[in-house]
Amino acid sequence: MRNVWVVASNTFREAVRDRVLYNLVFFALLMIGAAILVGQISIGIEQSVIISLGLSAISIIGIFIAVFIGVGLVSKEMDKRTLYALLAKPVERWQFLTGKFAGLAMTLTVNTAAMTVGLYLALWTVKHPLASSDWNLLLAVYLILLKLVLIVALAMLFSCFTSPFLAILFTVGIYIAGLFAGELRTMQAVDLSPAAMGMFRAVSYVLPNFENFNVMGVVAHGRPVPVGLVWQGTVYAALYGAIVLAGAALIFSRRNLK
Amino acid sequence: MPSPAIEIENLSKEYPYGFLNLKKRKSLENLTMQVESGEVFGFLGPNGAGKSTTIKLLMRLIFPTSGTARILGESINDISMHQDIGYLPEQPYFYDYLTATEVLEYFARFHKSTDADRHERVERLLKKVGLDTAKKIQLRKYSKGMLQRVGLAQAILHDPQVVVLDEPMSGLDPLGRREVRDIILELKKQGRTVLFSTHILSDAEMLCDRVGVIVGGKLRGVGTPGEMVGIQSQGMEILFEVDTPGQKFRLLQKATKTGERYRVQLPESELYAHVDELRAAGARILSVVQIKPTLEEFFMNLVDADRAQASAVEVSGK
Repeated sequence: MRNVWVVASNTFREAVRDRVLYNLVFFALLMIGAAILVGQISIGIEQSVIISLGLSAISIIGIFIAVFIGVGLVSKEMDKRTLYALLAKPVERWQFLTGKFAGLAMTLTVNTAAMTVGLYLALWTVKHPLASSDWNLLLAVYLILLKLVLIVALAMLFSCFTSPFLAILFTVGIYIAGLFAGELRTMQAVDLSPAAMGMFRAVSYVLPNFENFNVMGVVAHGRPVPVGLVWQGTVYAALYGAIVLAGAALIFSRRNLK
Repeated sequence: MPSPAIEIENLSKEYPYGFLNLKKRKSLENLTMQVESGEVFGFLGPNGAGKSTTIKLLMRLIFPTSGTARILGESINDISMHQDIGYLPEQPYFYDYLTATEVLEYFARFHKSTDADRHERVERLLKKVGLDTAKKIQLRKYSKGMLQRVGLAQAILHDPQVVVLDEPMSGLDPLGRREVRDIILELKKQGRTVLFSTHILSDAEMLCDRVGVIVGGKLRGVGTPGEMVGIQSQGMEILFEVDTPGQKFRLLQKATKTGERYRVQLPESELYAHVDELRAAGARILSVVQIKPTLEEFFMNLVDADRAQASAVEVSGK
């Protein structure tokens, strides 16, 4: 575990020094602008608009970081050959991979936490005091974070066996397909053969179901988030993420470096 | 007798290429050799000969097509054995957002040591490689030579028993090369085993107990630099001065003049006759040395032979 922690803390330091957290400035400006504008153009639905906008921004910014930095975690180390000296130390390849994953997960956690504080501040400017139901936002943010961590695992898996460009395409493609995994599972098409239906159903179970992590609409309208959904999302992300990471480690452990 | 520090048996590496990766290119062919404990071993060969491939195989950065290797008696796949190995990659590159102190602290944390011991080692190594004054500068501002020094420092930071250096003199100025040579000699004094690859033959001649020459992925010879080039004399060389300008004698016609001095090469059997002739002419003999082939000549002969063989295969293939 020590080796994993050493790599993870260095990955976090890299993100901070490479100014990844500068996106927070953009988010802050967006929230300030939204808080000012919303008060003027929407009457009665300010809270809903701010929450929708804030959660969407947290999700989109997070996805950008998860995909682009996630793909670069391994590929950049191989391209620049920074990995060589490290792998000659008593470090297993899976420890390196897990450390890189944990480091970016830490970065995303800090980034998401900072954006959440910004979202609450924007919400407070249009509505104070905050109601107890507003703390549901935290559950929505937590589920977004789980989704981002799962995207990082996928990005790392693809970057272990293909070029960074293709890894980005694959990750984004799987993410978009994963948003429709639920629909694919319940699809009732009259003109499809039972074999094709079976295949779609099987694919829908293999794809990561990213809709499991979306409670944005529920929270924006002030409705409570079912606790069961949060647990389900947590277990799903942990299991799916572990399987994807194990696959990445297996591929990476056999890979010849240039 | 102590067991060898590095044992390589029939190590081969093939890389697939072409459409569907169906063709194979041999980068290393049945390499078998040993590096004894406590010796400095030079791995010589031209670019693309298989030196770095061998080292990467030992460091498990790439995996062999066939064959095995052991370091300190343990399989190279045994991760715990890496506690006792130091490695400098060719043209090393490190996290450029870190300072030299930070990068060494980072690597040191993968080895067992207390915080105080780690800090002390890092400081000591930074001084040793001459980076003490630049230790707080991010590596993105470092020159190639400075990065090479950081690489060398991280390789020996944990006092490894076996140190593997891939082209350690590359990118260094004469002063830097001298410092690396001193560090290698110091490691030898401490009883460490050093394997280093180079194509700078004077370094190998100066530092190595034994050298191995690899050309075209095949090991062409292993031995002491003396054994490799042979001890047979190729003749004698006399350096002399003549006091009286315009003086003429037979040997003077054969000699090459450099400044005020004359240099002449002759068979060993004729040495005494010519020395007598010089004495009779009143010339002052400055030195008499035996001419031996250099490692460079030996090396170039091997490379030329390999190229000639490769051309012959190509022609017969046509």
